[in-house]
Parts: sequence; structure tokens; C-alpha cells
Amino acid sequence: MKRLFALLCLVFLGAARDPILVPEVSQHKVEVRQGFTGTELLLFGAILDPQGTRAGRDYDIVVVLKGPTQSITVREKQKHAGIWINAASAQFRSAPSFYAVASSRPLNQIVDARTSAIYELGLPFIQLSPIGTIDPDRQVRFAAGLAGVMSEGSLYQEDPHGVTVSEQVLYQARIALPSSVQTGSYTAETFAISKGRVVASAVARVEVQKQGFERFVADFARHQAFLYGLVAVALSIAMGWIAGRLFAYV
Amino acid sequence: MDVYLPIANLAVNGLVIVALGALTGLLSGVFGVGGGFLTTPLLIFYGIPPTVAAASAASQVTGASVSGVFAHSRRGGVDYQMGGVLVLGGVIGTGIGALLFRLLSALGQIDTVISVLYVVLLGSIGSFMARDAVREIRAHARGLTLAASKRRHHPLVASLPLRWRFYRSGLYISPLAPLLLGVVTGIATMLMGIGGGFMLVPAMLYILGMSAGVVVGTSLFQIMFVTMATTMMHALTTRAVDMVLAVLLLLGSVTGAQVGARLALSVRPERLRLALAAIVLVVAFRMALGLTYRPDAVYTVTAL
Repeated sequence: MKRLFALLCLVFLGAARDPILVPEVSQHKVEVRQGFTGTELLLFGAILDPQGTRAGRDYDIVVVLKGPTQSITVREKQKHAGIWINAASAQFRSAPSFYAVASSRPLNQIVDARTSAIYELGLPFIQLSPIGTIDPDRQVRFAAGLAGVMSEGSLYQEDPHGVTVSEQVLYQARIALPSSVQTGSYTAETFAISKGRVVASAVARVEVQKQGFERFVADFARHQAFLYGLVAVALSIAMGWIAGRLFAYV
Repeated sequence: MDVYLPIANLAVNGLVIVALGALTGLLSGVFGVGGGFLTTPLLIFYGIPPTVAAASAASQVTGASVSGVFAHSRRGGVDYQMGGVLVLGGVIGTGIGALLFRLLSALGQIDTVISVLYVVLLGSIGSFMARDAVREIRAHARGLTLAASKRRHHPLVASLPLRWRFYRSGLYISPLAPLLLGVVTGIATMLMGIGGGFMLVPAMLYILGMSAGVVVGTSLFQIMFVTMATTMMHALTTRAVDMVLAVLLLLGSVTGAQVGARLALSVRPERLRLALAAIVLVVAFRMALGLTYRPDAVYTVTAL
């Protein structure tokens, strides 16, 4: 209904040249269960012109999948007196726990730095909201450090040729979620870009949730810490004891 | 075989973890050390978050020591009185360790402190054990037996007030000595995710001068209780005990411990000590390299 309304508005306002994006995700709910080793999301959709026919023009498509943000401390090791110790740190209030960007061409060929910064397109342009004052050079250094660490675990990804557009109307991108993703609400944003200008954008949501036994254990550990500890201790004693018994007769 | 760890939030190969448990369990059975000094660094190396590794390794060490304690108590190899004093000290040490852990984490220096502790403790104890074991092996080769002088406890221990009789250990010493020893290992358990056995065993032999027959059993007895306290402490404070990870480690380690306990009977003790010294020194060396070489990860990220 909303989409229809937006469509009608666009038609009547005469913004007839700007296309409409109809995004979709292969899975709106990712269930983290036993044996979860990560999954691959297919983000796809259509680029239409306001009349509902295919756009018939070449747009650059950028897809950004972002996980829940968290407050973090990034620490930097430096060599002091012959050993590497944590010597400097920076704190950020809103670092995404997951960030993947895929585009039809390398981002720097599609948009300039200013547009990238506005729409958070690309690893160097993620809004981290530093806590306290931090000089720009230092922030860039720590942001790059953060991106390095997260990329190592595939939690931050940049794929400059990850989006394919077929027949000027259908686009699709595959983004791999590693098993270490955090649970929570993920947003998949799609941008249509023409001549360095974002002409349309649309959002789809993905929920990542622990289910079944995994959820039970995580809740148990969080809400009944004392009992959980006792169970863990009892379990280790029982297993040790049983093994002792079994081997006593071997 | 992929297994998802609900607290560590990632998937691991279950068989690798079981094998890791078996390796450390074997050590625990043979040497009477918990094996935590190997489990924790290896888990971290495998990609498990450090806190989860330390917390879950503690419960693994509990399991491995339970079966060890049973095996040794059947042979009368546990001094419960001495063990009780050590446990009391250990629990006090765990509390102190938890406070230190929080303080150091806030300063961002916990990793460095842990690595330095590993290098200093493992390095010194390892070389001490190696020297001693080599000397014994040489003496043995010449057909001599070393004088029983090493049964004497350290002169400092004798100067402490208050004296108890520890019959099974063959000692008449102040209980303050094992209590302090317990406190030190308790702190190490909480900070380093280790059982402290590699410190306890030599200290029992060379500082307290306990009779060798009860050293391994009694050290396992202390480790069992102190790691239980550590698991509880982690469950309540860091919430980082991953039960699935712990069970996988336990599967390997409880069987490893049993095999190890049998193996220990068939090998000469000084050879065992030389082997343990070698393993301890290798770990210390690896840690020292980690401190001095440029690390792979100059940056680290922790949630606030």
C-alpha cells in the first residue's frame, strides 16, 4: 500500500525521470541453529520507471547490508621497550557488527567521496560516531584498523563487482554471512545511482535470530547465570566421573 | 563436523576441538597439570574469543582433573588435608584474580599482562624443571641415586609460624605455606585460564617438599576445586562459559586423562618431567615471540 502511495506521489509530482526500486531478499529471517556455518543472502530486485515499465536505462546499483551497531573500543598495539603492547585506543559509539557493500562497478567510479560519506557507501565511509574528541587523521587510522580486523573475519566486505544488472531491469547481489554474525535486525539498502547522484533507494529487512537449543543456551547463560554456572560445573564433574568409571574396568 | 557455539557465536569443527581436549587431557593425566596452559592459547589461535576460551577451558580442566583425582585416589595418591588448605587459598586467589581481571581489562592491558605472565612463569618453571630432570637422568645413567636432600622443604617455609602435621605428604610445616601457594595459583587460574598445575607440581616438590607419591593427585584435587570456582566466577561475571565448547573439550580430555594416567605409570618420572619442561618451554617461547614480533593484528576490537 505504502509503495503504491509513494508511486502515485511520484507520478503526480512529476518526478517521472527518477526510477523506483523494488528490493527483495531471499530470506527475511536467518535462523542460527545447531550446525549453522553461515549462510548466503541473495539481494535482488527490479528497477522500474514510475510508469511501472522497465527503466530502460543503465543505472549503477549499490547494495549495502548492515548489521546492528555496537559501541566498541579499538586498541592499537605499539612497540615499547621491545614488546608490543596496547598503547593507544579510540572508542566508537555506532560501529556496525556487520557491513557488506556490493556494487556493479568499483565505488570510486560511481560516486564521489561526498556522496559516499552521505550514504555510507564503502568501508572508509561508515559512520562510526567517535566518543569524545578525536582528530581526523587519528580517526581515519583507527577506522582503517577496525575495517582490517572486521574484514579478516568476513564481517566487513566490499565487492566492487558483486552486483549484476540484467536487461536494465533486474539486479542481484550475493552476500555471505559468516557464522560469527551477531543476532539482531539487519537492513539491506539498495541504491540506484546515475551520474554520481543517488536517484532512488529502498530498504528491506532481515532478522538474524538464534533458534532452538542455541537460543536456549544463550538465554540461560544470560538470565540465570548462577544456575548456568552450576550446570556447567556439574556437567564437567559428571563427564570426568563417568570416564573415570568406564576406564576403571578397562 | 561443524558445531555452532552459542556463546562464542561462531561455528567450529567439532572434531578439532575434541582432539584438542584429548591432547590436553593426556597431559593432565600424565603430569598432573590441568593442561589449561595449552588449551587456552590454542583455542584463541583457532579463533575463539579470548574470554570465552579462558572461561570454557576452566570447566574442561575440571572434568579432566575429576577423572585424574579418581584415578589417583584409588592408589592413595591424594593428601586431602593438604588439598583442603590449597583449595581454600585457591578460592581466595580466584576472587583476587577476578578483580585484577576487571582492572586490567579496563586499562586494555589484559592481553599483554597475560602474555608476559605466560613467558615469565612458564619460562622460569620450565627451565627449572628441565635442569632438575636432566641432572637426575644423568645421575641415573651413572648408576647413582641422588641424595634424598630434595625432600627437605625450602628454608623460608620452615620459618613460618604455626605447624601442622600432613601425614600423607610426610610433612610437619605451617599451613600458611600451602595457603599462599593456593592463592597464587588461584590468581593465575582466573587471569590465564589455566589450572595452575604446572606451577603447583614443582612448588609442591621443591618448596613444600611433599613426597612425590601424593604430589600429582593432590595438585589435581586442588585444580578440580579451583577451576570449579573459576567456572562459577566466569558464569556470573563475564558470562563467557560456552557449554557446547566445554562439552566438546571434555569429551576429548576425560578420555585423554585416563589414558595419560596409565601412561604415567610406565614411564620413569624424571623423563616425564623433562618432557613436561620441554612442552612448557615451547609454549613460553611461542608467547615471547608473540610479544616481540610485529603481531598480525595490530588493532583489536572489544565491545564496550
